[in-house]
Amino acid sequence: MSTTPLLAVDDLSIGYTAAEGVRVVVHQVSMVLDRGERLGIVGESGCGKSTLALALLGFVRRGGRRLGGTVRLAGEDIFQLSPDAVQRLRGQRIALVPQNAGQALSPGMRIGDQIVEVLQAHLGWSRHAAYAHACSWLERVELPDSPALLRRFPHELSGGQQQRVAIAMALAPDPALIVLDEPTSGLDATTQQQVMGLLGELAAERGAALIVVSHDLGVVARSSDRMMVMYAGEVVEHGPTAATLAAPRHPYTRGLLASVPRLAMGLVPQALPGIPPVPATTRSTGCTFAPRCAWADAHCQTTTPALAPGDAGTLVRCHHWRRASTAPAPAVAPAPRPTPPSGATPHLSLHGVTVSYARTSIFDGLRTPRRPAARAAVCDVTLTLAPGTTLALVGESGSGKSTIARTIAGLERASAGTLRSLNDDLNLPVHRRTHELRRRIQLIFQNPDAALNPRHTVATILERPLRAFQRLSALDIRRRSIALLEQMRLGDQYLSRLPGQLSGGEKQRIAIARAFIVEPSIVLCDEVVSALDVSVQAAVLQLLVELQRRHRVSYLFIAHDLAIVRAIADTVAVLYRGHVCELGSTAQVYAPPFHPYTASLLQAARAVSGPFVDNGPPVVDSGLGCPFVDRCPRRIERLCAHEPPPWRTTAPGHQIRCHLPPEQLDWTGMSPHAEGRNP
Amino acid sequence: MSADAQRRLRAASWRLWQRIRRSPGMLLGTLLLALHLVTALAAPLIAPHSPTAIAPERALAGPTPAHPFGNDRFGRDLLSRVMLGGRIAIAIGVTGGAIAVLLGGFVGVLVGYLGGLTDELVMRMVDALIAIPGLLLLLVIVTGLGNGYGVILLAMILSYAPGVARVARAAAHEYVPREFITAARARGEHPLAVVGHELWPNVVGVLFVEFAMRASWIVLAVSGLSFLGFGVNPPTPDWGLMIAENRSMLALAPWGVAFPLIAMATLVVALNLVADGLAQLLGVDRATEAR
Repeated sequence: MSTTPLLAVDDLSIGYTAAEGVRVVVHQVSMVLDRGERLGIVGESGCGKSTLALALLGFVRRGGRRLGGTVRLAGEDIFQLSPDAVQRLRGQRIALVPQNAGQALSPGMRIGDQIVEVLQAHLGWSRHAAYAHACSWLERVELPDSPALLRRFPHELSGGQQQRVAIAMALAPDPALIVLDEPTSGLDATTQQQVMGLLGELAAERGAALIVVSHDLGVVARSSDRMMVMYAGEVVEHGPTAATLAAPRHPYTRGLLASVPRLAMGLVPQALPGIPPVPATTRSTGCTFAPRCAWADAHCQTTTPALAPGDAGTLVRCHHWRRASTAPAPAVAPAPRPTPPSGATPHLSLHGVTVSYARTSIFDGLRTPRRPAARAAVCDVTLTLAPGTTLALVGESGSGKSTIARTIAGLERASAGTLRSLNDDLNLPVHRRTHELRRRIQLIFQNPDAALNPRHTVATILERPLRAFQRLSALDIRRRSIALLEQMRLGDQYLSRLPGQLSGGEKQRIAIARAFIVEPSIVLCDEVVSALDVSVQAAVLQLLVELQRRHRVSYLFIAHDLAIVRAIADTVAVLYRGHVCELGSTAQVYAPPFHPYTASLLQAARAVSGPFVDNGPPVVDSGLGCPFVDRCPRRIERLCAHEPPPWRTTAPGHQIRCHLPPEQLDWTGMSPHAEGRNP
Repeated sequence: MSADAQRRLRAASWRLWQRIRRSPGMLLGTLLLALHLVTALAAPLIAPHSPTAIAPERALAGPTPAHPFGNDRFGRDLLSRVMLGGRIAIAIGVTGGAIAVLLGGFVGVLVGYLGGLTDELVMRMVDALIAIPGLLLLLVIVTGLGNGYGVILLAMILSYAPGVARVARAAAHEYVPREFITAARARGEHPLAVVGHELWPNVVGVLFVEFAMRASWIVLAVSGLSFLGFGVNPPTPDWGLMIAENRSMLALAPWGVAFPLIAMATLVVALNLVADGLAQLLGVDRATEAR
């Protein structure tokens, strides 16, 4: 090891120019990173993480500039280098894996050409050599059949595959430092697990240093040795990852940690109150976190805390860290759940529902007139939803969860099976349903940015469903809207705001208010918290639980996060490629016996390290056997691929669809292994 | 409530003016455009001479203090003719542009939302209309139906609305997959309500830009028709017609062509600068929305 560290950031400040002056987004950040080290940076959105990550590459977004400080890569001040030199440095010595690989890859360029371009530009390789190298890299990121893949376009790959390609591109020139900006947001748990594991291995193998920027504490816990917590542009805590997470010293770290849903708890996590401040043009005196801090006192308001050594090799920016880190965690009592009256008519019942997407263009019919029927997105699904309870649908992306919700909402038609709500037939497209039925079933969506019309004020957003379903005077509409906003813990000053003026959590509250304002009995929640910061997630979940208790609504709760599902659901259905493979009460599903797929999901969710059982991409698909056969570590050769598995009832209300008898459906065979891989 | 709305409107217009002021292109465009519009509106009152009064003694006379733009071969005052010569082109440009943008915009957004077979059929018709060379389409309509202003207006709408439809459809496509549209569908809202309430406010900015651009094209096209003898009839002053009339005297009296040309060019440039500026403003809008 040489004496100069790989990366040294000293007193770096970055600001963005706004009408009122320069808003400071990164404030006097210093850090040192050695070769092969792995650093995690966490914080809520708007805390300056991404700005800092990009500054490490000598890049500041438009409208922003460096206000002071230096970034030295192996002793060279990256902001003093000529643009050409910086250009050479990026990619070659320091690489970025961007937040959204799907958008980072050029849509009109084949995968191979994009990787080759990097190698040609940075290493001056010949096209031929670069191509061979690209091939070998795709294999290293476990993308099989690389020559064919190199000819594909980005949109022909899944999200996980795109992220792997982005990783291959970043790592191919063999950089000394890799910066990952939210590397896994948007990927489901199992893919996340695989991508992070792979990246750790590859970085370790080549001795590259990693900087992982994420709002997800789990990701940082898994992939870093040291972590840095950022709040309002400042480092508030910095120390070894394990020590920091085991006993967070700064109240902010503590709050973040408490808001992470835990698989083991089955409780709605504690929300961190408030939101991070909007970056200001001037730093006020006092602690920036004081307004949200339970330990704040007069001293915190007047004296700005410095980043000072805490214990166990940590640095903390807090006057009261000793008190804050030793105080007992606030007691969390599990919310009493209303027990569903047994025998009550279910709010919703699906029986043998199958949904397949028909091609709509007239040309598709001409092209392949006798093509076998496309595989159904949802296949033979039977579910019931009791009044006032929550049924969770769990599965990876593409498992048909959202299709079920869309079918219930009347946006898709089921091709077979029956759907009923109380006494109404639900297998009607939305425009043929009665007003009453449409009012009773409401939707809340994943992405609050897309769920609200950017040109409508909150008042208009809330008014539209009321006008669609009820005849109310303008005064009544206003009254109802304000009442709903209050239930969302938002004031009536929000009525005149546009979605662009709201934070992510506020937007989602408005989306929830829009669903509840017409007093529905069934609310379909499609990944409603997965696009939110953890601290906000917790608050939204609490809100949903409270609303359920108050309005006695039933939730169909779609999620891929098993910890959240455990906290909020009464019954759980595990879906794999459109098939229900396990169904039962939350307690039953989260305890053995497990369907092998449930077991692998739980494994991925609770794994702190270690590879996830991955049996490669789908290989067998006779269309008859168990849908999970190609990834199942416990498949019985021949039988599972050709015979549909039977439903086995293991306890009243708990069903597993598997050839294996329930006694054998525990963790056996779920440990990491490689021999189950198919050629 | 209405006082509040008024205050908000005032604040919004103030912000808009601040932004216009800061972008030099937009400022220049707005000022030039304002000059043209005021001149066109007030021309009958402020024109120093009658645009049709013939004075053979001043035929082809160059610019003088009394006649700053010179005179044409009939001795008519060119300044007055230039001031009045834009009225028809501008009137058709503004009304034709507005109707083309409203019609094309509505159809484009509607089929963009509906998709499927309707979209396919309407867009193929739009493609067919776009495929016909612009001037040819205009000439066919005008020769077929005669050259009244109403016919010219209709011809302009038919030539330019299809392009707007295409742009509006693309703009709508950015919003159609979003979940607020799904929410509206799930409420059972009529397609026209979805288009009017949910999509229209989002594409209206794009349509403003389209309007400024199409209006400038229509001004050019109307002048072009007049130049070819299919538009405004003599002796009514019109820039295109003036260029056609004075073209043969170009070497003797270049002012006869130069001044109407300058007038036309500045108007078209002004409209384009405004269109560019609007597009930029919208971009700024989007960036601040994302915050």
